Formats: sequence, structure tokens, C-alpha cells
Amino acid sequence: MDYSFIIYKFTLATVILIISLVVAMYATLIERKMAGFFQDRHGPNRAGKFGILQPLADGLKLFFKEEFMPQSADKFLYILGPSLTMLIALLTSAVIPWGSSIVIGGTEYSLQIADINIGILYVFAILSIGVYGIMIGGWASNNKYALIGAIRAASQMISYELAMGMAIITIVMMTGTLSLGEIVAQQHGFNWNVWYQPLGFFLFLVCAFAETNRAPFDLPECETELVGGYHTEYSSMKLGFYLFAEYINMFISAAMISSLYFGGYNFPFMDDLGLSHNALSLLGSLAFFVKITFFGFLFMWVRWTLPRFRYDQLMRLGWKTLIPLAIVNVIITGLVLMIKNHM
Amino acid sequence: MNSESLILFFIVAVVLVGGAVIFSSFVAPSSKNAQKSETYECGIPTQGISWLQFNVGYYLFAILFLVFDVETVFLFPWAAVMKEVGMVAFVEILIFFTILGLGLLYAWKKHALIWE
Repeated sequence: MDYSFIIYKFTLATVILIISLVVAMYATLIERKMAGFFQDRHGPNRAGKFGILQPLADGLKLFFKEEFMPQSADKFLYILGPSLTMLIALLTSAVIPWGSSIVIGGTEYSLQIADINIGILYVFAILSIGVYGIMIGGWASNNKYALIGAIRAASQMISYELAMGMAIITIVMMTGTLSLGEIVAQQHGFNWNVWYQPLGFFLFLVCAFAETNRAPFDLPECETELVGGYHTEYSSMKLGFYLFAEYINMFISAAMISSLYFGGYNFPFMDDLGLSHNALSLLGSLAFFVKITFFGFLFMWVRWTLPRFRYDQLMRLGWKTLIPLAIVNVIITGLVLMIKNHM
Repeated sequence: MNSESLILFFIVAVVLVGGAVIFSSFVAPSSKNAQKSETYECGIPTQGISWLQFNVGYYLFAILFLVFDVETVFLFPWAAVMKEVGMVAFVEILIFFTILGLGLLYAWKKHALIWE
């Protein structure tokens, strides 16, 4: 392993991490602006023009607020919880193909940090660890609201993880690979997976909402009954971690939806433009970010439109609707693949 | 090459998160007093600790989750080679899903999926 490789990967890793952080910061502003728009008010507009400096002010404020830890909390786990949540949120972006590749001086540089051949399994494993961050934080606070929020979060996330896993399995069946880079490359042009897997896409979308604890599935931090949910006792940057992680997760979920079902960096008529490889890659990355923005907008749209579920409704939807539907989807996909193979 | 990149990415992420924790612990002000460090319970004095027993319903879902999650682990390698193996793989998974479906049906009929 030579130094240029380390430098290139290190730069790419830093750039992608910083992009995720900045996107998450500005997603908070966009969400508040959006909320203002939906509720016929202005939203933040004091810090800078159109409130453009608001995320910076918020970030600084979080750093300089008092660090507070309740006396009866478990000290080590109290710090570990939010840090783990943030770390997990950042780690997923390593396997997402942000673009095809850039050729500089005859060397091809991939715009994906690690095209591991089990990319989907990696994302899935990291997502599962995400439960721990919330559970540890909520339990370590030694607060009743936080504990209830945390066990709700855990049981909601594991319930929806199942349907999500089975929705992804249909994609794996169709493409015959677990590598995200390969899956995106197979959806060349307009040959997107969503045309073949509309039900799978729908299941994945619903589960993504539940996995990120966003409305209408935000019962773990349901403020009308649980004060602040699992982060009731948190303040300063540790609270910031939980809040940021939610927005990063939203960004990553949008990226996952775009790359699994909407062709990632592929866009229609990409071969007819007659552009050079590099220009096409950059345009592809742009297309990818447009898709991510759209799904990010969808997340916000849903949040400010739908009311929150009741807990029994949430469990019923997960276990009695989504999981049977996901199983049926797997069987139908298998059947269609078999028929196509024998024809 | 790819697993090295993952490790590199992990290191950068750990440095970023750890740096933020350490930085904020330096710049954040702190003033302690007995009332403030009590556990928050909407203003009334705290009643005991919170590490208590909770609703058994959560355990039921955790057990069901385990069953299905192990099954998902089996499905991933199956799905990756399903096209190549062909009909045998499909019939086998039908049997697999029948057994699993019966399990889900049993839980359903026993009212384990109803939240109370």
C-alpha cells in the first residue's frame, strides 16, 4: 500500500465526512424553513440573510452550552451513547457510491471510499448497531422518560429492520450481488430498480422513516408524553450529537434509497450526451445529489403533514402489514425470476 | 485495498467524534449544585431510580425479532446466488418461508403481535 493511495482515501474520507456534517447542519435550517412554509410563517430569518448563518450559530451554541450530567447517571455510558450514535451515523457513508470515477493523469480514482463486496450487509450491520447508541444513552441517563423513550426506540427499530432487510433482499435477488457499487452500476441509464420493485421501494421507504425515528414514527422522542424521549437528560454537544445524527441518518437514508432504487449516479440518456468520462461522472454525482435532495424533502414533507402514530398502531403496521407484505414480495420476485429464467 | 479504506474511514470518523467531545468538554462552562444534578422529573422531587422492570411486551417483540433476524441472515447468501442455482433454490426457500410463516401465524393467533 503506497502513500498516494492513503492520501487519496484520507482526503476522500475527510471530504465526505465534512460534506455529511455540513449537509446535516443545513438540513436543520431547511427543515425549519420548510416547517415555516407549511405553517404559513417565516422560519429562522435573523442570523444572516434568510437565516443562512443559523446552523453555524446553533452549532457554536451547542459547543459553548453547559455540559450537564445527572448525578445518578452511569458516567461512562452517558458519554458513550451519543458518541456511538454519531459515529454510526457517519460510518454508513463509506460504502455509498457518490459517483462513478474520475480519471486524473491516467489513474482512475473511484468516488466511493470502499466498494466492499458485502456493502449491503455492512450498511445493515451498522444500522443495527445504531439501536445501541439510543438504548445506551437512554438507559444511562437514569431517567424514567429517557428509559421509556429508549426501549420504545429499540423495539421500533428492530421491528422495522426486519421488513427493511427483506425489502433489500429482493434487490439482491434481482442483481445477484451484495456490492452497492455493482448494484448502482447495473442500473445504467434509466434501468432503475424502482420500475421492477415498486412494492419493495415502498416498504424500504416506510422502514427508513421508522429507522431514522422521524415523524410519523417519532415515538421515542414523543414530546407530548415523554418530555424529550431518550435525550431528556442531555445537553450541550452530546444533545447536538443526537440531533445531528438524526439529520445525517436522514441524508444517508435518502442516499440509500436513491442508490438502491433510483439508479444512484445514473440518469436518463446519459450515453447520448457524448460527454467525456469525467464530465459524465460529475454530472452523475450532481444527479445523485438532486435525488438525495428530493428524498430529503420528502422526509420533511411527511414530517410536517402526518400526525404521529399511536404505539399499538406502529407495532401493528410493522408486524402485521409490512413483514407479511415483504415476505410476499420476496416470493413474487423469486417466482418472476424463475419464469424469466425458464423462458 | 477496500477493507484498509474502511479502517481509514473509521479512524477519521472516530477522530472527528472524539475531537468534538473533548473540545466541547474544554470550552463548555460548568456550575454544579445539588438541585440541578437531580434526575429531571417535571419539577417534582425524583422518585427512586429508573433502572426498573418494564413492560414484558417488549421482550416478546425482542424474541420474535431474534427469530426473524436469524432468518434474514440466512436469506442474504441465498439471495446472492439464487439466480445461478435456479429452481432448487426457489423451492427450498418456499419451504423455508412456509415454516417461518407458520411461526408468524402462531404468534399472530396467540395475540403476541397485539400491543397492550
